[in-house]
Amino acid sequence: MTDATLPLRLLPRAGADVDARPGLARLTAVELRKTVDTRAGFWLLTAIGLITVTAMVLMAILAEPEDQTLRGMLEVATLPTAVLMPIVGILLVTSEWGQRTALITFALVPGRTRVFAAKIAAASVVSIAAAWVCLGAAAIATAAAAPGVAGTWDLPAAMIGQLLIYTVTGTLIGVAFGAVLLASAPAIVALFAVPIAWGVIAAVAGIEDIARWADSDTGLSPLLEGTMSGVEWARAGTTLLVWMLLPLAVGLWRIRRAEIR
Amino acid sequence: MARRPRRRRPANPMLDAMIELEGLTKRLGGRTVVEDVSFRCEPGTVTGFLGPNGAGKTTTLRMLTGLSRPDAGHAAVLGRPYAELPNPGRRVGVLLDAAAQHGGRRGREALAISAQTMGVDPARVDPLLTLVGLDRSAARKRVRQYSLGMRQRLGIAQALVGDPQVLILDEPANGLDPEGIRWMRELLRDFADRGGTVLLSSHLLAEVELLVDHLVIIAGGRVRAAGTREELLAGGGTVVRATDEVALVAALGDAGLDARRTPDGEFVVDAEPEEIGRAALDGGVVLTRLGESQGAGLEQLFFELTRGDAPAPAAAPRPTDDLAEAIR
Repeated sequence: MTDATLPLRLLPRAGADVDARPGLARLTAVELRKTVDTRAGFWLLTAIGLITVTAMVLMAILAEPEDQTLRGMLEVATLPTAVLMPIVGILLVTSEWGQRTALITFALVPGRTRVFAAKIAAASVVSIAAAWVCLGAAAIATAAAAPGVAGTWDLPAAMIGQLLIYTVTGTLIGVAFGAVLLASAPAIVALFAVPIAWGVIAAVAGIEDIARWADSDTGLSPLLEGTMSGVEWARAGTTLLVWMLLPLAVGLWRIRRAEIR
Repeated sequence: MARRPRRRRPANPMLDAMIELEGLTKRLGGRTVVEDVSFRCEPGTVTGFLGPNGAGKTTTLRMLTGLSRPDAGHAAVLGRPYAELPNPGRRVGVLLDAAAQHGGRRGREALAISAQTMGVDPARVDPLLTLVGLDRSAARKRVRQYSLGMRQRLGIAQALVGDPQVLILDEPANGLDPEGIRWMRELLRDFADRGGTVLLSSHLLAEVELLVDHLVIIAGGRVRAAGTREELLAGGGTVVRATDEVALVAALGDAGLDARRTPDGEFVVDAEPEEIGRAALDGGVVLTRLGESQGAGLEQLFFELTRGDAPAPAAAPRPTDDLAEAIR
């Protein structure tokens, strides 16, 4: 008879492994599992993959040869990820509250900061994986299309780094919005509406020059468009401060002090 | 003078309290929902935390498990605050709300996630599902398709994943059918008999009456009674029946004793049988029954203690007054 057939075995037993605090690597693995083991999570990630593949097939068949370069393909391949990965980030946090699994999660791991750190790590891992899938899909589509134009395979190494930064920070912005609002629907709406509102307010108030330093579109899209200049890096930094780091801090503060119901 | 039942069992220094609450108080929205709640649970016992809906049971259990911060007082599990247990799931099995599960996740997966979080061999998951009566097809279903009873079984399995010494269960019988309640009773009794400690809440006395060793009755956020089941039962007073009800009430009234009439024509008096016998003798009343109250049981106690803020005896003697009036 093995241990597993005796689910109610009680003390005495060794305390060392029993009382070991779950490590961040294990908690990250658990959070990764949570992103794919629900119906919503599974289909969201599957949809990102399917849309990307479809877009690549269409590009390989229909696009003009000068757009069928690796860079051209990659620009299109990253679109579904750019739009939908932040929602994966949102759900990683908000599903615990909407589905009330926070009751279980925080009963098993009372250190809420550790859980939040694990969610950030899991969001980063998923995003890096997504970025490489985009790169792979773009490469396959480019090879299949074989446009035969000059510089078909030109892709500066810096662009790969920028792509990784773009996808990771995009998903973390989702995590941050989810943590601030702790509800899926408002967080998704805010994710798309607040940057637009920001632009409108900036235009009306005539402060576009200042607002550009924290515009999530103009601040971050250069990451995908080419090797960035110093000013562009600075702008991306200030934008991430406003849209990612600040909401992450507010979200962590909210999660730490929330009553779990 | 009537003897008051002892309300609190003195702590046995030989036994460590596995769960200890001391003056726990919680205010929400300007209202005190839990006020100065103190009690302890010892190994090998099942403690029933009883009270009507809204009495503060859930809030108390959430403070106990570190999910809600008390405004005053403190709580400890295994000698320290729950949140300071390094890997609490391996020591304390918690089920706070069976409905709080991700509807889009399969039952088996929900258990597997808990096992992975606390570093338990995933091979434990399948036998546990069998133990709680969720067969393979049920385990494969999404939790959204589960009945409340199935969710309770899944929740109990989840509480047992870490092979804990202590179980803290909020309304575990909710949604279970009578057969399910009997199953849970046997499971928890067995757990306690092996040395485990169980604290479970319920708003229905009948669900837990046969299971619990200790009772803590809460209403309006405050503990109204606590003790062993037997002690609380003994607090019911003396039951007396006579051939002539009116004469009995008059005789008891002359002796300065309050009596309350039960629906089946008997009277419960908060006094020793001897006192009542003497009163009946003085009044020339023929008694047909005189003995310790048993029939009233916990149900009566529970009903009286949780019936709002009015102390039970104040409302009860009214029929006596009416009868006494009728005699004069």
